[in-house]
Amino acid sequence: MARLIRTEKEVEGRFEEVWLVVEEDPLDPWPDGPGDVVGRPAPRQDGLQRATGKALYTADLQLPGMLQAAVLRSPHARARVKGFDASRALEAPGVHAVLEPEAIPELVREPNFHGQPIAAVAADTFGQARAALALIEVDYEVLEPLIDPEEAVRRGQLLTEPRTHDRGDVERGFAEADVIVEGTYRTQSVLHNAFETHQSLCDWDGDQLVVYISTQFIWGIRDEVSHKLGLPQDKVRVVCNYMGGGFGAKNGAGDYTYIAAELAKRTARPVKCALTRREENLDSGHRNATIQKLRAGARADGTLTALEGEFIAALGWDGWLASTAGPMQMLYACDNVHTIEYGAKLNTSPMKAFRAPGFVEGTFGMECLLDELAAKLEIDPLEIRRRNYAHSTDERPYSSKNLMECYERAEKHSARRDEVRARSDATWKHGVGLASQVWYGGGGPPSYAWIRLGSDGRATVVTAMQDIGTGSKTAMQQIAAEELGLPLDHVEISAGDSARGPYAAISAGSSTIPSMGPAVRAAAHDAARQVIEIAAQRYDKEERTLSLKGGKVVCSDGGSWPLPEVVGLLEDAQILGKGARGPNPTGMQVLTFGAQVAEVAVDVETGEVRVERVAAIHDVGRVINPLGASSQGEGGIIQGIGHTLSEERVHDPESGRVLTQTLDAYKVPTIADVPEIVFELLDVPDRHLTNLGSKGLGEPPIVPIAAAIANAIRDATGADVRSLPITREEMLRALEEAAQRQRERDKVTA
Amino acid sequence: MVTELLVNGGRYALDVEVGRSLAEVLREDLSLTGTKIACFEGHCGACTVQVDGIPTMSCITLAHTVDGREITTIEGLREHPLVNAFVRADAVQCGFCTPAQIVSAAALVEANPSPSDEEIRHAMAGNLCRCGTYPKIEEAIRTWQD
Repeated sequence: MARLIRTEKEVEGRFEEVWLVVEEDPLDPWPDGPGDVVGRPAPRQDGLQRATGKALYTADLQLPGMLQAAVLRSPHARARVKGFDASRALEAPGVHAVLEPEAIPELVREPNFHGQPIAAVAADTFGQARAALALIEVDYEVLEPLIDPEEAVRRGQLLTEPRTHDRGDVERGFAEADVIVEGTYRTQSVLHNAFETHQSLCDWDGDQLVVYISTQFIWGIRDEVSHKLGLPQDKVRVVCNYMGGGFGAKNGAGDYTYIAAELAKRTARPVKCALTRREENLDSGHRNATIQKLRAGARADGTLTALEGEFIAALGWDGWLASTAGPMQMLYACDNVHTIEYGAKLNTSPMKAFRAPGFVEGTFGMECLLDELAAKLEIDPLEIRRRNYAHSTDERPYSSKNLMECYERAEKHSARRDEVRARSDATWKHGVGLASQVWYGGGGPPSYAWIRLGSDGRATVVTAMQDIGTGSKTAMQQIAAEELGLPLDHVEISAGDSARGPYAAISAGSSTIPSMGPAVRAAAHDAARQVIEIAAQRYDKEERTLSLKGGKVVCSDGGSWPLPEVVGLLEDAQILGKGARGPNPTGMQVLTFGAQVAEVAVDVETGEVRVERVAAIHDVGRVINPLGASSQGEGGIIQGIGHTLSEERVHDPESGRVLTQTLDAYKVPTIADVPEIVFELLDVPDRHLTNLGSKGLGEPPIVPIAAAIANAIRDATGADVRSLPITREEMLRALEEAAQRQRERDKVTA
Repeated sequence: MVTELLVNGGRYALDVEVGRSLAEVLREDLSLTGTKIACFEGHCGACTVQVDGIPTMSCITLAHTVDGREITTIEGLREHPLVNAFVRADAVQCGFCTPAQIVSAAALVEANPSPSDEEIRHAMAGNLCRCGTYPKIEEAIRTWQD
């Protein structure tokens, strides 16, 4: 019987209470370790389509009569449109319509960041639309922008109320400390730069709006667009079959969707609105920059007595305050913690979630601070982490935590220190650094899946889920195959269209597998149960003696029947299974953990930093597809290396204009920048979490890498790097500071 | 002006406006959408095709300048063993850059069937991948003959 409950839901560290209908009879967990399909490497099922270019992304879609939109964007970080004349643009070749400022709420008269949309044009071709933009005359009154986050905090220009967190008595904690370290850490604004730019193709089919969109959340787009346009939800159909990367920036519909929808309505044609790469670098979200003033106190044995942090997040004109303080609050057992976080409202583009938002930035500060403490106390970095191991940082127990095992496995990588340091010469200094990871990733309800089993004994998973390139479709096929006892190639998946399947969770917050996987298993179990009921009647066996394995119905008395024989008698009839995601365990913290060890080489003359090796050990519960998981792990580490060493969105400090608008100016890693990566997963199912025991993996690997690299730099050179990206300038500054410290020490000794 | 393009062994006489890129013509006029446009200014390599066997960024190549030259896109390389090597090694995440990675890799292995890791990195450094599939791309190219 269905039961109505109230439960907690988390995405990207943001919590809300939701109502949920749950079914009775939760399934028994699968045995630990690999099954027949789950836990075994599977090349992604749509890999061939993607590799050969047959896969049609939103960027590849062309509908008959389709127009292309181009968007006029503010060249100023803050301005007012005093005059606007599009008459010449309207007469330009191929132009069908122009949207003026305030034609829709997304087109503004008072832009508040460089690149904010002002107007839009629809034309037969993109070239014509762009050419028409140049004919629009806009008279701007340029206003002074606010770019400096510290100034915004001083002025009280914040997007949300400051957020505080208190545990114990931090003043008493510092009084008890034998040693105190403090430092100001800075992280930069980085851009997602997914290769498929943000885009939508909108087509009115009668009174239904069809939105083809590059998105991480089909159902979120449906809800948001229907709400904003005042349409019933099912009058918006959202399609995303193949998707060219998101990393957190594609959770919402975005200005481009509303521009395309309005232009499509006015022209009665399908309209595509696709950002160019330069627009992508102006107005598609960013990981916000932070300033972190941190302080830690500890006893001589390394036990933390107090942690204190003041965090400023440079959010931009809009966005939300991700938890930069989270790692300080959650990584270690410390009785006395005080944090305060400010979200600065600035004349820069709105932040958007970017792969573990807040925790990537906060882990850099926290884990560097802890290593500075370890260095001061001359305690091994791994040992200080063990001594402060947290068994709970609030009243709630962990649903599972195997970080100590991660540390055990990190030990042999950390122990390479002497050998690595011995490679140093006068110019190149080598060192090893370590950092821990905590993050969410438990997923949650609601999420649904159906299974359709045909009389040929083959199954299809039906759910309106997106696969943003993480391999989630393949993982769902594996889960269904395992439960149905089928080979993987006997299971298809139908996904990517809100009109063709039930509600599916967002692909953000490392949540697709932990949210969707249990629903798929439940649906497959429902179908399997029906097959067994049919077989029991047909072969006159007791249901409890039957199971599905190897494409057969198997009886404990030794008999077995191929599945097509059992269900073959149904002809065109189908077996339909349905499944829903149950709640997360009540009263427990569901988190992912890990540890990474980086080896670096630093050229102390030029400040060049090379990452030579990264060992990553993560605990994300049961592993569904070790092959896809290793790809995600490597990808997160590589993206994190870019974040650590080369990537930065740069603003002109006076005008607030974005100076890095291209993939030439904005430096993402190339294949030549990649170190040796050793990636390990513990693969221990979380006994309390769902019928799978799986957590998400998309984000954890990017969380600790910056701190691991910075700590390796300290090990190699003695220099405290405190600002990302670690450019040569920052590296040389830190080296000079360390040299200065050494000179002062020498003076005292002399 | 009429431009004769030789694409994947086919011959196409197209009325191509001067100023249009090869990438646009391939995608829009010939529906060969395996060639992607991700930056449109020659920085990322997602538009790579072979022109007379040389990896070339089609987004900054004007279509009329390759009149009569042999153009090979991913659609002409679908039977190449590299395709299966990429899928096998999971050198595909979101997949948006993958076709062009294979086009570049095919030119590499044509000239040098057993490239060293350094040679792979040198040849492939112009093909960016934001998902960070690089270790698997190296593996795919190392094992393409298996």
